[in-house]
Amino acid sequence: MVEKEHIIIESGDAVQPFAYSVGMHGSRFFAEIRDNKRFLGVKCPRCGKVYIPPRGVCGDCFVEMKEWVEVGPKGVIGTFTILRYAFIDPETGAQKPVPYGYGFIRFDGADTLFQHYINIEDETKIRVGARVEPVFARERKGSIRDIEYFKVID
Amino acid sequence: MDRAAIIGVGMTKIEKRKISQTFADMAWEAVNKALTDAGMTIDDIDNVVTTSSDFWDGRTISCMAVGDASGAAHKNISCVEGDGAYGAFYGMMRVLSGSYKTTLVTGHTKGSESVSSLITNAAFDPIYERSLGMDMITACAMQARSYMHRTKTTAQQMALVSVKNHGNAFKNPLSQLPLKIAVQDVLQSEMIADPLHKLDCSPVSDGCAAVIIAHESVAEKFKQQPVWIKGVSFCADSFFFGDRDLSHARSLAEAAKKAYAMAGIRDPKKEIDVAELYDAFTYQELLWLEEMGLADDATAGKLLEKGEFNIDGRLPVNASGGLLSGHPVIAAGLYSMGAVVRQIRGDAGGFQVKKAKTGLVHGVNGLGGQSHCVFILDKDK
Repeated sequence: MVEKEHIIIESGDAVQPFAYSVGMHGSRFFAEIRDNKRFLGVKCPRCGKVYIPPRGVCGDCFVEMKEWVEVGPKGVIGTFTILRYAFIDPETGAQKPVPYGYGFIRFDGADTLFQHYINIEDETKIRVGARVEPVFARERKGSIRDIEYFKVID
Repeated sequence: MDRAAIIGVGMTKIEKRKISQTFADMAWEAVNKALTDAGMTIDDIDNVVTTSSDFWDGRTISCMAVGDASGAAHKNISCVEGDGAYGAFYGMMRVLSGSYKTTLVTGHTKGSESVSSLITNAAFDPIYERSLGMDMITACAMQARSYMHRTKTTAQQMALVSVKNHGNAFKNPLSQLPLKIAVQDVLQSEMIADPLHKLDCSPVSDGCAAVIIAHESVAEKFKQQPVWIKGVSFCADSFFFGDRDLSHARSLAEAAKKAYAMAGIRDPKKEIDVAELYDAFTYQELLWLEEMGLADDATAGKLLEKGEFNIDGRLPVNASGGLLSGHPVIAAGLYSMGAVVRQIRGDAGGFQVKKAKTGLVHGVNGLGGQSHCVFILDKDK
């Protein structure tokens, strides 16, 4: 039998760098976390829903949102998962250490959920509805990583 | 309103790694199978819609790279970025527009050539979400948790979806992963992201599917029995996961309602004979069944245990083996459509169900079911 040979072309280490504008809402949101450890959402003038992260338009109402509302910093776990399989970190390309917690947080005063890491030192405390608070990075640069994780305070 | 029918389907075998085929090679195979199935030649096709994703393909304007192998030369070709069900929707709109009579719709994916978690991670918002490493499995694990929390659906019930669909796959030669497994095997498989075990998740797959959609004026001109599109709708929800009630899928409930109304279906539980729906993860089959009104709220797990969704049950769901047994991401909706078309024609082979006059096809686009597309197909015009 003739052995088949499969030739593969690899893309190598080529990267496609982007520079994303975070916009007016993102700028204020990240600056408040960095400078004051505060979370700002925006409120829809029509339905009253408070959105976090903040953005310009309420999708349900199709109206512009301009009213800033402080939310949190405490909240509850809306839903969560514990990652046990080593995924690749998109920032570094390295495998992430597992396990780690990941969840959606409902800040006090917000109507949408905000995603971030959850500290899972004590897995028995991780449940839907558990109260949490953020732990901030010591050196904050104006990005989502200025929050290290949320921890259960029940 | 004018009517449209599906008059030919063709699918490659779904495989873990189609190392001997390029994207165009897969398209060539699926397109020719569809033409043969319809009894047509490429000259009978007057326009083409290809469906693909640039990120999965690792190239810009990926849809245009398969045009030659899809017989699009000198014809109008257009593209859809998303699930194949949306390509079919667009293809149908084209024949209903009056400008075309026969649309060839293709969808292709090779999950094997890239790192799936990085591809799905790139679909998340680059400002707020992506750098935290969220990917499709992570997001769906949280959706699963949310659904289980609200409905009290158990891990065992979810596992049973995997047992059923992997078992069905033995009857479908196109399927990638037939498995003879028990609930315990699913629960003991590696925990990927709580509450999803490895066997709660669909595999990485390669494949291409093609369907031919014809205007009613030509639908009966070729040798194949037409399967009529009686109802169709798609609806979208908010982009951010955190904006949605993850334990529900309101856009699916809305899409199903509109598709039923268009098809004149009053009681979907009684009138739908067979369904192929998007089971990328076990819990999704149960959640989607409830949102589409094919099971009462929070009961799908219990009905599954009673065998209602088995091949010989009240409503056979994913008799083909579903996506859990092979998941070529973009082509998925067209594989589901191909399976239901064959059921209605009575030529589904080993996975043929007893009664298949009216069938439902469900496709998903966007993370965790941001948008849903529902087709109602029927033997009768």
